[in-house]
Amino acid sequence: MDATLLLMQGLNGLQLGVMLFLMAAGLTLVFGVMNLINLSHGSLYMMGAYLAASLQQQTGSFLWAILLAVPATLAVGMVVEVVTLRKLYDRDHLDQVLATYGLILFFNELVRMVWGPQARFMALPEALSHSVVLFPGMRYPAYRLVIIGVGLGVGGLLFWLIHHTRLGMLIRAGASNREMVNALGVNIKVLYTVVFGLGAALAGLAGMMAGPILSIEVGMGEPVLILAFIVVVIGGIGSIKGAFVAAVLVGLVDTFGRVLLPAGVSSMSICILMAGMLCWRPKGLFPAHG
Amino acid sequence: MKRPLPILLFGLLLLVPLCGEVFYTRLFSRIMIHAIFAISLDLMLGYGGMVSFGHAAFFGAGAYTVGILSLHGVSSALIVWPAAVGVAALLALPIGALSLRTSGAYFIMITLAFAQIVYYFAFGLESCGGSDGMRLATRNTVGGWAGLAGHTVYYHVVWGCLLAVFLGCRRLVGSRFGFVIGGIRQNEARMGSLGYAPFGYKLTCFVIAASIAGLAGALIANEALYVSPSFLHWTQSGHVLVMVILGGMGTLLGPILGAMALLLTEEVLSSFTEHWMIVLGPSLIVVVLYARRGLISLLPGRREARADAS
Repeated sequence: MDATLLLMQGLNGLQLGVMLFLMAAGLTLVFGVMNLINLSHGSLYMMGAYLAASLQQQTGSFLWAILLAVPATLAVGMVVEVVTLRKLYDRDHLDQVLATYGLILFFNELVRMVWGPQARFMALPEALSHSVVLFPGMRYPAYRLVIIGVGLGVGGLLFWLIHHTRLGMLIRAGASNREMVNALGVNIKVLYTVVFGLGAALAGLAGMMAGPILSIEVGMGEPVLILAFIVVVIGGIGSIKGAFVAAVLVGLVDTFGRVLLPAGVSSMSICILMAGMLCWRPKGLFPAHG
Repeated sequence: MKRPLPILLFGLLLLVPLCGEVFYTRLFSRIMIHAIFAISLDLMLGYGGMVSFGHAAFFGAGAYTVGILSLHGVSSALIVWPAAVGVAALLALPIGALSLRTSGAYFIMITLAFAQIVYYFAFGLESCGGSDGMRLATRNTVGGWAGLAGHTVYYHVVWGCLLAVFLGCRRLVGSRFGFVIGGIRQNEARMGSLGYAPFGYKLTCFVIAASIAGLAGALIANEALYVSPSFLHWTQSGHVLVMVILGGMGTLLGPILGAMALLLTEEVLSSFTEHWMIVLGPSLIVVVLYARRGLISLLPGRREARADAS
């Protein structure tokens, strides 16, 4: 394999990695702060993609579609949190899994009723639909570079938010001792709704950015959800840093696995990575809670 | 009689084929097969306290064993069904050994991930039709006798399997092993300091549950006469989990009732609207939030299903 192809696949892996990071960040944040396993995170990814596709049809602009669909997914997430998930924080994981499974069934059917069963496609704006010459002899689709840029940008923003702002401080405090934070006069309910909305918006963003690359269809969030789970497990539940490292790792291993390994084995490469990681560090790379 | 409910239930199930409608015979065959599947999950979940979201992997492994062996001309149930159980057990051994290194939320995600890997493996299995799955020409035979092809005969075979699984599991949970597993669910550290090795017991429970799921898989492949990756799909794991919770976990009768309730509800709802899932999803949330003890707690004179296991 020559260096160009290697670099190209490296970029593909990085692109998959940052998408996974956007998913996994919300998942790990919600788990770390509210101690909630959210299977319906993939539904928010799907909602993001569908909302963006519809908005693009309405407004005719890709950028406007994204700018409007992110707050829309945030709102969907907040509504879901207030209506159902709020009651689940004190329940055990089994209840959370079942209730959020119910949410998946609901959202899949809702999408099928509103948008119909056919897959949809999002068109890229002119400016992004070409490929750029990175250096002589190597072209790479501009849109994928944008995804990588947005993913890294959002990742940096999130890191800053968690570690250097008051909201981030409250989130971290809520993760370590929710009663104490509550007793100190912070409205923990509102904080949880905000965190969940944030996670939903990130998932939605991942979904709408995947829109032009993949087809938008019912159940599109589920394969991504499973990969995001693997990312969270490898990175350590509750850790944003872990989620980032693990997402890029999973993205690269998956992409190179497809290129280098025979077809049957390549789908297992992630599994082998996860199994190896479990043997080495059962609590993940950067466990947030001891 | 000391235990009237199971006798009543199994007696009533025997009456179903007498109605003479093939539709109902096959529907209840499917229900009983899912009941076997649900009992196997409850063994892990309700008794062992292991929340697995990947139980469909073993169900599918059993079904695919039937499919693959039929490709090679092996059709005797006496070989195929034990093989299905064995394949599921062999698959469960490494998956269980790795997953059980973790617990709680990690365990749920890991079992889901492993099941998904098995799903993609089946998806890529070209000899079995890949994503479309494959049709089976006939049901398995018993010593050259092809009588299982008849739906009523097959119904009684499934009934017998369910009874055997029910009685076997009742023996198991009442045995020393069952008590140790229950102890580990309640307090793993304490059982450890009493001198039991929790890992070995949990893994054994995991493998036994997987083997029974493998049997259910072999039965469903024979009932439906096809094998497809949909048997391995993660919604299958979710569905069986719902059956256990709906019926009442930590009991053996509960999963049977749960399977019956869920599949009959689906049947009724889908006759009203094709969008029946929009009703099922929210009702599931309501059940989880407000009716945790399951259907079995509604029956008179039953000790309540445990709500503590997790």
